Amino acid sequence: MCQFTTGPHSALTALNSCSYCRRTRRHQIARHKGWKLVTFLQLTLNGLAVGCIYGLVALGFVLIYKATELVNFAQGDLLMLGAFVAYMAVVWWKLDYWVAFLISGVLVAAFGALLDAVVLRRVIGQPQFAVVMLTIGLGSIFRTFASVTWGSEIYTLPTPFGGVTTIGGVTLSHQYLSIVAGTFLLCGVLYLFFTYTRIGIAMQATSQNQLAAYYMGIPVKLIFSLIWAISAGVAAAAGILLSPVTLIDTNMGFAVALKAFAAAVLGGFGSIPGALVGGIIIGLIELYAGAALSEGLKNTAPYIVMLVVLAIRPQGLFGTLARKKV
Amino acid sequence: MSLFTAENLSVSFGGIRAVDGVSFDVDNGEVFTIIGPNGAGKTTIFNLVSRIYNPTGGRLMFDGADITAVAPHKIAALGIARTFQNIELFEHATLLQNLLLARHAHKRSGFFSELLFLPSVRRMEIEHRAAVEHVIDFLDLQQYRDSLIVNLPYGVRKVTELARALCTNPKLLLLDEPSSGLNVEETEDMAFWIQDIKTVLGITVLMVEHDMTLVSAVSDRVLALNYGKPLAIGTPRQVQNHPDVARAYLGG
Amino acid sequence: MRFLFKTSYEQDIRLFRDRTDAFWYGLLALLVLALPFAIDEYYVGETSWVFIYALCGLSLMVLVGYTGLVSLGHAAFLGIGAYAHAYFLQLGLPWVISMVLAVAITTAAGFVVGLPALRMTGIYLAIATLAFAVIIQEVFSRWESVTHGFAGMPVGKPIIFGISFDDDRSFYYLCLFFLLIALWLTRNLLRAPTGRAWIAIRDSEIAAQSMGVYLAIYKSFSFAYSAGLMGLAGALFAHKIAYLAPDIFTILLSIQFLLLVIVGGLGSLHGAVFGAIFVALLPPLIAILRDSIPDSLASFAAATGIPPIGSLGAAIGAFLAKPGVEAGIFGLILVLVILLEPLGIYGRWLKIKLFFSTFPMYKKATFKRQKSYMRSERLR
Repeated sequence: MCQFTTGPHSALTALNSCSYCRRTRRHQIARHKGWKLVTFLQLTLNGLAVGCIYGLVALGFVLIYKATELVNFAQGDLLMLGAFVAYMAVVWWKLDYWVAFLISGVLVAAFGALLDAVVLRRVIGQPQFAVVMLTIGLGSIFRTFASVTWGSEIYTLPTPFGGVTTIGGVTLSHQYLSIVAGTFLLCGVLYLFFTYTRIGIAMQATSQNQLAAYYMGIPVKLIFSLIWAISAGVAAAAGILLSPVTLIDTNMGFAVALKAFAAAVLGGFGSIPGALVGGIIIGLIELYAGAALSEGLKNTAPYIVMLVVLAIRPQGLFGTLARKKV
Repeated sequence: MSLFTAENLSVSFGGIRAVDGVSFDVDNGEVFTIIGPNGAGKTTIFNLVSRIYNPTGGRLMFDGADITAVAPHKIAALGIARTFQNIELFEHATLLQNLLLARHAHKRSGFFSELLFLPSVRRMEIEHRAAVEHVIDFLDLQQYRDSLIVNLPYGVRKVTELARALCTNPKLLLLDEPSSGLNVEETEDMAFWIQDIKTVLGITVLMVEHDMTLVSAVSDRVLALNYGKPLAIGTPRQVQNHPDVARAYLGG
Repeated sequence: MRFLFKTSYEQDIRLFRDRTDAFWYGLLALLVLALPFAIDEYYVGETSWVFIYALCGLSLMVLVGYTGLVSLGHAAFLGIGAYAHAYFLQLGLPWVISMVLAVAITTAAGFVVGLPALRMTGIYLAIATLAFAVIIQEVFSRWESVTHGFAGMPVGKPIIFGISFDDDRSFYYLCLFFLLIALWLTRNLLRAPTGRAWIAIRDSEIAAQSMGVYLAIYKSFSFAYSAGLMGLAGALFAHKIAYLAPDIFTILLSIQFLLLVIVGGLGSLHGAVFGAIFVALLPPLIAILRDSIPDSLASFAAATGIPPIGSLGAAIGAFLAKPGVEAGIFGLILVLVILLEPLGIYGRWLKIKLFFSTFPMYKKATFKRQKSYMRSERLR
């Protein structure tokens, strides 16, 4: 049962990505007549939270793309695996939430590195399209694996972030605050990592010019695996943060990944801040559209906006247009 | 009689003036070479003539018409063909398909007649293939006709670039470093072919080259560039002996 | 080993390379025509699915395999064709008119989608088509006056010029007819300048422009033609599936079509057909294995006296019976094909033919391709 369908702001907090509501299609949309500042702030906060999730997944896409020019269509399914591992740790093994968070992050990160070393390394040099399809196939395998290992129903992850705080009429759900806080924390750590540690700088170098990185003695293959590990870890974190909102099931990653794509494309595929900004924009659009427009437009508004931006500025907000030098 | 004229041609990329006020004209039936150190703007000029880049200043005149604003896909029909420095062949097609593609500018069939492959399309296909065979004979590419480009060695690919440019039936041929990557024997072949293109086929050649022996052997006139600016223009001997050129390029 | 001695340009242009090829294809045609009389009615129905999937594969092969433009949302065009055809049939239009209109509408939609594609490259184009597909799926759900939304839309059997095609056998011939026409039309385009222009766009856009190929027209035409083929497939799909609903035409279906062209072999018409055979026949194959493996392994265990084999059989059967396993198996095969045989089924077929024709001098390196590592090589 979707835990948000009974609250006063059910229309706004139970997002269209809630799997139960989407499944039953009996989602009641409360129509708010006229705009009030409180409503607007509420929408903004919720949009920010949702956008942060999209931004995290988009961040994973962009990290891998910048380094290896591959687009990892299995990112959403890594998110799903992270959520399931955390669920397994908390519910099956009765561990503490934070311990489960850590275990899930580390396990999925290790799995991501393994994927790179075993599978992706073999397809370097093949046309980009083939590798994209490879990751799509991998995603499919992950979904089936999850379905066989943990079951194909909907599961709930117990978190320590229950309850709400009300400030001036605006309801701040702690789950949502945890998402926003978690995202900024994670991004802050990543920023510090890339800017101030040797490995981080080595990663930046590798993503800009592989050959030069080799010449400088940087172990490029190891760096790629590390980037995959970070990307997978970020996806797992996003999955765990998302679980209370959308509940865990094998298809949770796919829907999020689609929107995260739109976010990454909107921000410009080679830009890390762009991924976050794109994610937040998509999240905000989704919430605003959901409140103001009809059901159909709510689902498609993010994509329409993305198409419009692409038509005007094909490289996204922060991307650069690359042209082959002849 | 000048076939091609560049008047005060300039292009800037951001703050870098890649080509700065270059003027030259190419007479009908001559071989005109542009030389200069790497980064002098030679290939950029070619890209301007092929309309891949837009000039920020100056004019391009070809055969009496102003082509400064012509779309890139219309250049082949006008009669300008080019080869690419880093070989832009269609890798997953056969050599024959590459050459047939060069005939595209002279295509006269519409989509629907091709969809049904009407007899007119069949006739035109045969005409194109016959025209392409002349070029294959000229450059001795018979044994590679049905090979995929990915399977061909570098020297043959260079010659295929030239063949493809010739198949467009050009009046002006732009050759971008035709001898780069070729050994001495292949360079000699290239020199003979360029001379044949000039005398037998009557095509005007505008060339970018580094190999000074080849330049002296085939060129009628030479333009030396440095940092996008022209240094000297004249016969190969005049340019080679020019003090500015010696200082900038030949290390004299 | 067969040597082709060419004495005229016609030999390059015509449909079949030589008499031997024409003979073998003719034999195949006879086999396919006679098939409904040789096998069970159920399998005739399954083979109709192969033909419909082959049409879809052909559509994607033109766009992705020959022009190099990736589309992740092609199932949307299938849906447009299916719904348009069903709608016009409901209005009472004759079958042929309805079909033509459906194809025309889908072609126009393809052209419209192709327009913004002119400015986007690679991954951006792929995701734009993805967005388009999501939007179209939403349109299918909401435009209830035409599509009946989630209530679904029943579609009867085709009645063409008064003849009813309501049994599996006649529908089989109908699908085969359209597949052959589509194959012929596509082959015509591919051996004409348009097909070469498409290949040029795939391999090097800048060189294509220098040769006089107007990118905008050929990219748009590729999208439009590809969408048109999908529209044709959609009309037949509507009849076959008999009941249209918006959640048939999902992104997952688009991905299944892409899987089809990759597994079949990107860049060849044969690939579309091979891929269609694979994708259409794998689910029934899994069902057969699921039912037969436990029993056969159990009897094997009883015969050889090794009980674990029996429980292994039961475990395999249970695994195959779980929901969502089919998608996983498709994914696994896709991954294995890309890792081990990037040229697909058709590529493997060519290698086998070469092996036998050049025996014992077959060289594995014949098909080895140079990989592109530098970033600039990936930009076309």
